[in-house]
Amino acid sequence: MLLREVEYARPGSVEEAIRLLADNDGARALAGGQTLINVMKARAASPDLLVDLQDLRDLRGIRDLGNGSVEIGAMTTYADLVADDARSILGEVAASIADVQVRNRGTIGGNVCSNDPTNHFPPLLVALGARFTIVGPGGEREVSADDFFLGVYLTAVGPGELLRTITIPAGGQDGFAAVTIGRDGTCIVSAAASLNGGARIAIGCVDAVPVRARELEERIGHDLSEENVRAAAASLGTMLDPPSDVHASADYRRHLAGVLAVRAVLAAKERP
Amino acid sequence: MTSKRISLTVNGEVVEYDVDARRLLVHFLRDDLDLTGTHVGCDTGNCGACTVLYNGVAAKSCMLLAIQADGATVETVESLAADGELTPLQQAFSANHALQCGYCTPGMLMSAKHLLDTNPHPSEDEIRKAIQGNICRCTGYVNIVEAIKSVAK
Repeated sequence: MLLREVEYARPGSVEEAIRLLADNDGARALAGGQTLINVMKARAASPDLLVDLQDLRDLRGIRDLGNGSVEIGAMTTYADLVADDARSILGEVAASIADVQVRNRGTIGGNVCSNDPTNHFPPLLVALGARFTIVGPGGEREVSADDFFLGVYLTAVGPGELLRTITIPAGGQDGFAAVTIGRDGTCIVSAAASLNGGARIAIGCVDAVPVRARELEERIGHDLSEENVRAAAASLGTMLDPPSDVHASADYRRHLAGVLAVRAVLAAKERP
Repeated sequence: MTSKRISLTVNGEVVEYDVDARRLLVHFLRDDLDLTGTHVGCDTGNCGACTVLYNGVAAKSCMLLAIQADGATVETVESLAADGELTPLQQAFSANHALQCGYCTPGMLMSAKHLLDTNPHPSEDEIRKAIQGNICRCTGYVNIVEAIKSVAK
């Protein structure tokens, strides 16, 4: 397929990348390209300049920060996450994204910065309480997961900025559950839970951004018995306003949200 | 529009070529290098017919720009029987009737090669997971899995 004409640059440093992104209104960062190249084919996005991040080796890799927290470079691929055991849930979820070829190229930074509402990592990182380090011409800033996802295809990473790293706080009792279109396909509804000092639960595919199930978290409290979790999740759907489409009606998504939240919490609880 | 001379290694040979930034790697391979073994199936990243080994790992060449491949190493299906002799994997596809129309076969072979390069003795589950990104509409996959299994022993 012939893409629209586009300029291309391959910076050798984060600083150079930011300069290119900040100086060109129509610039887009190109990470693994497993979303961007396809939306360019469909002309759903038509950047004037692609800033290819492949040479920014500092952005790729998983680092144990020693205090139980883990720092992940934005250019870390799904395959890198699958091969790493710093935080089990990251590799498990990465292994369920698309297929081998996509996992070899697709990156966690691309996944969250594209913020497609059906993506796996946005709800997971909200549940994990991740922090996002964004660099731009004005320097570096840190944004919480609750503030990172702003809308469909929209995040706190503004024009001229770049996501550098994602930091996951200490923990390990995490769970993820999804109903997908075929095995490892696109999510119809997803739910993520993390039980590290109180439950954090996020639902995906029911709104433009992951929805924190705060009322459910409060109801669960510290009573992780299956009975309590199921009772607490029974009314979750009534608090959501999910879309209807060819894959599921809004009502069915409300139903799935409750079912998957229970599965995610119980999976998290089972983890050592 | 950016046009750039790229230099990359394709099937063991260094090639240099001027490419436009918008050129997909699969079109570069097929139309510029005349390596037509790599197929364009869906052109949306779903079918896997365009799978090549890119810096040693399976990737869909319709979701890469040729210009990104400057400095990269690419192996296409043509690298498999470089001396005219089918590799054991290709022979196994033939012996097990692992294809009918053959359209998916180049991508299927490269995904299978990537699997066997990284995991010489995969289980059936691992084989199925490895070719998840390659769609075949003829075989029902059974014979493809059998073929890969027969060289994985």
